[in-house]
Amino acid sequence: MTFFGSHRLQKAHPSAKGPSLERRTIFAGWVLPVLLVAPQLLLTVFFFLWPAARAMWTSLERQDAFGIRTEFVGLDNFADLFADPLYLDSAVRTVGFCAAVAVLAMGMALLLAVFADREIRGRAIYRTLLIWPYAIAPAIAAVLWVLLLHPQIGLVAHGLKAIGILWDYKLNDAQAMTVVILASAWKQVSYNFIFFLAGLQSIPKAVIEAARMDGARGWRRFRTITLPLLAPTMFFLIVVNIVYAAFDTFATIQALTQGGPGKATETLMLKVYRDGLINLDLGSSSAQSVVLMVGIVVLTALQFRFIGRRNAE
Amino acid sequence: MNGRVDWVAHLVLCCGVLLFVLPLWLLVAGATQDAGAISRGDLSLLPDLRNLGVFWSVLNDRAPGGAPVWHMLLVSAAMALAIAAGKIVISLLSAYAVTFFRFPFRMLCFWTIFITLMLPVEVRIVPTYAVMADFGLINSFTGLAMPLIASATATLLFRQVFLAVPDELVEAARMDGAGPLRFLRDILLPVSAANMAALFVIVFVYGWNQYLWPLLVATDPSLDTIVIGIVKMIGQDSVTDWNRVMATAVLALLPPVAVVLLMQRWFVKGLTEGEK
Repeated sequence: MTFFGSHRLQKAHPSAKGPSLERRTIFAGWVLPVLLVAPQLLLTVFFFLWPAARAMWTSLERQDAFGIRTEFVGLDNFADLFADPLYLDSAVRTVGFCAAVAVLAMGMALLLAVFADREIRGRAIYRTLLIWPYAIAPAIAAVLWVLLLHPQIGLVAHGLKAIGILWDYKLNDAQAMTVVILASAWKQVSYNFIFFLAGLQSIPKAVIEAARMDGARGWRRFRTITLPLLAPTMFFLIVVNIVYAAFDTFATIQALTQGGPGKATETLMLKVYRDGLINLDLGSSSAQSVVLMVGIVVLTALQFRFIGRRNAE
Repeated sequence: MNGRVDWVAHLVLCCGVLLFVLPLWLLVAGATQDAGAISRGDLSLLPDLRNLGVFWSVLNDRAPGGAPVWHMLLVSAAMALAIAAGKIVISLLSAYAVTFFRFPFRMLCFWTIFITLMLPVEVRIVPTYAVMADFGLINSFTGLAMPLIASATATLLFRQVFLAVPDELVEAARMDGAGPLRFLRDILLPVSAANMAALFVIVFVYGWNQYLWPLLVATDPSLDTIVIGIVKMIGQDSVTDWNRVMATAVLALLPPVAVVLLMQRWFVKGLTEGEK
């Protein structure tokens, strides 16, 4: 089942739009349900809708340098944003970062899930040992990677130095980017693994067996049978991983490099934070927030359009 | 099966497991070693069992200007539990209201909740901070936990479960004279127990692992969570007591990992089935 009944179901009933799947048996009265829905609704209005509306409004304003006067400037903040090479650099960097994290985290997870789905001894233990990292905080993932890659104390860093690589991710742009990508992707593997494994398990064994009978072997069976059947999971995870890489990695990057050296690892998320809360440029920061919101709305809409799923935050 | 051992599978899975267990092992081993040796880069792979007491003694450590570690752990636990409990309760109630009743503006309510899917805290940090300041919730525990309680995903999950409750069950309950609240308590709560367990794991981990929101809303060190504390510790230019930082990281990791491991069965099922 999907949120609103599956996409297919909606097609079968063209009149049924979105969440109009309803119960037939219900209780009478409207005072009780209004009371029950009120807490959720109040929180939503105060902490989601109002701030979002304010972001939109502030994005159309500009404050003077002392924060005393505020004037309405229309879309100027957005025009400035898209004319700002620093912002465009950050946007390009974010896209590259998201793509790298998604590909790495999903590729790794799919590989592990395919083998964990086989009938082998001890697979329950393997699964548990691959699922627990779900609990690691992005910030703590950064700490673990510091231990491996810190120029002075890191084991891997020493290994790299031993083979003649000048390793210091606090000074070298490319190395810094590599570190934040690895740490971010690493943390997301177990989430993807859980979904890929569930996806693989839901493929009827008879389908695989039939392919085996037809002589499809190994890689070809995987490519022609398994992969297409995993497509919905795959698409769902692509969206989730992009959202994760764009937003949830804030803590990882902040703990590892703070966006540096220079701006080498400054993603859009770090930029919103820095411009809004450190540099206190509220107009520009709000405009950036609105751009990110539009991004999320598009991604979420795509997801619902095609499969109608979303992850837990 | 044909009895042959699938060596390739074991090899790949062992490598995968090592990739995750090894850093954790290093963390535990490092915590028990001499700070000076770690700084020189002599991190041994073997934990020094004589120094296990470090986990206990580190509880009183603090980041410069911060609260002690035991206090940060308490704040994290309180925050994660408050968010988990709050989210489960209000989502259950609101899902019950929109599924089992018809009332004015019901669909408007539903869509208002639904739209929050598209507004994660990250994209509205500055305005949300401003709203919190208006309410006087900066540097308060309420401000830390409350905004993270509202959630569309949990409401949608419960709605899903409630839609699948057979009509006969509702009719039967009504014949027995059960009112809506008793029906909720006696029938719906037991039916959705497994989903609640799954949701608890997901939300507990989500709450415990928060970084950006606590960073924004709580500048008072007495509200530092353990995740904030760790990042503060490694953020200093010259960290010397690496072993103590590592021990603190182990303590920060344990609770969410324990919750996931202990409730793994419900959690995996809830995550992959409920959230579809």
